[in-house]
Amino acid sequence: MIEIKNINKTFGDRHVVKDVSFTFDPGRTNLIIGESGCGKTTILKLMVGLHQLDSGEILYDGQDFPKLKPDEKQEVRKRIGMLFQGGALFDSQTLEENVRFPLDMFTDLSREEKMDRVNFCLQRVKLEGKNTLYPAELSGGMKKRAALARAIANNPKYLFCDEPNSGLDPKTSIVIDNLIKDITVEYNITTIIVTHDMNSVIEIGDNIMFVYKGENWWTGNKSEVLNSSNQELTDFVFASSFMKTVFKGAGR
Amino acid sequence: MFRVFKRPQKHSVYGRQIISEIDSIGISSLSIVAIISVFMGGIIAIQTAFSFTNPLVPLYAVGFTTRESIILEFSPTVVCLILAGKVGSNIASEIGAMRITEQIDALEIMGINSAGYLIFPKIAAAIIIFPVLIALSMFLGIAGGYVMGVSSGACTAYEYVYGIQAFFEPWKLYYSFTKVLVFAYIITSVSSYYGYYTSGGALEVGKSSTNAVVYSSIFILLFSLILTNLFLNR
Repeated sequence: MIEIKNINKTFGDRHVVKDVSFTFDPGRTNLIIGESGCGKTTILKLMVGLHQLDSGEILYDGQDFPKLKPDEKQEVRKRIGMLFQGGALFDSQTLEENVRFPLDMFTDLSREEKMDRVNFCLQRVKLEGKNTLYPAELSGGMKKRAALARAIANNPKYLFCDEPNSGLDPKTSIVIDNLIKDITVEYNITTIIVTHDMNSVIEIGDNIMFVYKGENWWTGNKSEVLNSSNQELTDFVFASSFMKTVFKGAGR
Repeated sequence: MFRVFKRPQKHSVYGRQIISEIDSIGISSLSIVAIISVFMGGIIAIQTAFSFTNPLVPLYAVGFTTRESIILEFSPTVVCLILAGKVGSNIASEIGAMRITEQIDALEIMGINSAGYLIFPKIAAAIIIFPVLIALSMFLGIAGGYVMGVSSGACTAYEYVYGIQAFFEPWKLYYSFTKVLVFAYIITSVSSYYGYYTSGGALEVGKSSTNAVVYSSIFILLFSLILTNLFLNR
């Protein structure tokens, strides 16, 4: 389980994350939602240690991550898989090498065992047979799926996804959402997704934190998000005419 | 810098990286080093012959001067300045692009010492392959001088060969290769530093690449002066 307690972050005179607390449930898809620039990606980067925390606690199974020694932090990070917004695949490596990379670094598996695992992960994200392609030869959706394969290669306990649907068409977005959801349940992973995609919220939002101007403004799940009376959340959720027509026009 | 030289997390992976870097840093630079060395050797030989107007200066001095110029300064310093342009910009832009596309963040989150994984193999590869490149440059430079010196009639083949053997002091090679090792470290570490600390977008990657070349060149000249003073100042 991951808990964040009263975390704060400022960049210069901008207070980007204000006293945010939340508990991320294991085996479920936890969503951090909010408008662009509200601080949700900063929260994610604080959680994985890419930004330094000003104050507060980030607890991985009770261990305060920012206070761990560098070697202890590396041990925690070995249990983390992350899907970056742009995929962050290594350009100089083939798809197979990308997925095999964490196995090469952290396991003593034989070459055959590694290849079995690589092929299993690629099959899991429906990229079987694409082993020799380079990231530059993949479409946006394929890059995301490849990055997901790399993220799960070493059996992570926690999966972080930064805007997994950005730049994708609605159909591919649903494929990615369902993959993340299935993988979360299948391997009992604590998944944390940063998104502003309402489809994702409705499809896979088991546990949701709505961030508004750097604060934890509202928490709930996918059914509660549509019925909330919170004005800022309602403005965010029903900003598109599609959402208004489908949910409000349907008699809400 | 401490993180760069921290104990490798997986020796076999680092080993493969070093071999790959030897290829990208060294083998891919062979052609430019060869071309420049042959031409510069030829030019030095012709210019030397042209400058010797006094009939009392023996013609074997063409070979002698060409050898001294190439071994003492051209191959270790000028070729390394050229490599700073080619290899340095390549390293800075490669690591800079990895930084802005979050590939370095991905390494960190996996629990990998990104500075060690990305930079150490480049430094090790350069320290291994640069002396080989420079030895080749010395050989080709002197050979280029022979071809141009003899074919232009500046001296005979016998005089040139006699000249390149005359008054040879082996410790000068020690001085040259010491410089090469220092420059190999400077080029890779300075360029990696600028690449690693790139922030922003494509424009900043370009700036990092330029800074890498500029500062590597300045440090090369500075250390060339320091080492020359240490070794040759009697």
